[in-house]
Amino acid sequence: MAKITYIDFQGNSKSIEVENGLTVMEGAIQNNIQGIDADCGGSMACATCHVYVNNEWLDKLPKPEEGEVDMIDMAFEPKKNSRLSCQITVSDELNGLIVTTPEKQS
Amino acid sequence: MKKIDVIIIGAGPVGLFAVHQLGIKGLKAVVIDNLDKAGGQCIELYPDKPIYDIPAVPECTGKELTDRLLEQIKPFKTELYLNERVEEVTSKGDNWEVKTSNKKEFIAPNIIIAGGVGSFEPRKLSIKDTEKFEGKSIFYAVKNKDEFKNKNICIFGGGDSALDWTLELSKFSKITLIHRRDDFRGAQHTLTEIKKLQKEGKISIKTPFQLDRIEGSEKINAIIIKDDNGKVEKIPTDLVLSFFGLVMKLGPIAEWGLNMDKKTISVNPNNFETNKKGIFAAGDICSYPGKLKLILSGFHEVALASVECFKRARPNEKYRFEFTTSSKTIKDRLGKK
Repeated sequence: MAKITYIDFQGNSKSIEVENGLTVMEGAIQNNIQGIDADCGGSMACATCHVYVNNEWLDKLPKPEEGEVDMIDMAFEPKKNSRLSCQITVSDELNGLIVTTPEKQS
Repeated sequence: MKKIDVIIIGAGPVGLFAVHQLGIKGLKAVVIDNLDKAGGQCIELYPDKPIYDIPAVPECTGKELTDRLLEQIKPFKTELYLNERVEEVTSKGDNWEVKTSNKKEFIAPNIIIAGGVGSFEPRKLSIKDTEKFEGKSIFYAVKNKDEFKNKNICIFGGGDSALDWTLELSKFSKITLIHRRDDFRGAQHTLTEIKKLQKEGKISIKTPFQLDRIEGSEKINAIIIKDDNGKVEKIPTDLVLSFFGLVMKLGPIAEWGLNMDKKTISVNPNNFETNKKGIFAAGDICSYPGKLKLILSGFHEVALASVECFKRARPNEKYRFEFTTSSKTIKDRLGKK
């Protein structure tokens, strides 16, 4: 279990307890968090679950694989701290993770 | 206007299998899809990625699944209308009339919407004011190469489309290729070719830069690009080409008066009919209690929907359930002896 905080582009935040093993994307979809579309359902094929990871967390996450970085090229306004939330798996170590969703996903 | 038994919207795996289920019942269908090829997400998003949960097929790629489905429906000689989006659906008595983006018209007692998450469309540039330049100075595809001759062109993107068009258009225009990071992903020989042109000064590459704003009123005069540290550069520009892949948009489906649940269409799980008689939804786009977004669920859904389609298309005939292994009629329809 980890507490994940989702902040939207206007600054509204929602914290959710997400079960270990789910992805940050699934945590959002199951709890009706706005701002994450996840059109492809988590197969790293659409870049519509794009989030900005809070800087202090960025280095604590496992590095993205090449396919994820390639997909982020397609995302809406990518930045240095861009990740696909379908590729971040929740574990106890991620307790307190903060991600911000972009203004839109496509 | 073409009269047919069933209009299928979406040429993904579920739409293609619908052709089969309708075909063995003797119903004629047409399939309409906005992509330029059949296969839907299987062909557009994961043609080379393996799928492990198709019954009796331990492993196949999205492309292989599509090819096999096309093979399976060959006997029915179904017309696929590609590069076309269904724009309008209107009720005509017991029938439905459909108009496409290419002004084609169809009429049928049944529509099966197997539209996945919607139609694939190019991902648009995200900054303000790009819409007013679209089709004049900003393009998401090259349809007529002549329009791109002897111009200053900025190409955005880091994948094959951006790289291939950089090579092609550099033969007769001044190209600046702009990408948000230093790495490009493309075929090795293309990358080598790009490096060579850059060295010879025939193209200019700007990384890691993104579009910041556009200057110009009717047409673009220049664009301003910016890197992560806020460094800006101005590039005199006539045309912008942007290749950020495709996104899925629900599009006009939301306006057909169907009961929707977020981006999905609510159906009756007995026959996958929507709230409109004769309009069915199957595959990822439909929702009912317990719905799983699996290809195999879509196959089941169109099998049941096809029975209801038969009843509507052949009101004077009795529907008979038959097995493909033993039915002579079905074997005839499949062209088997």
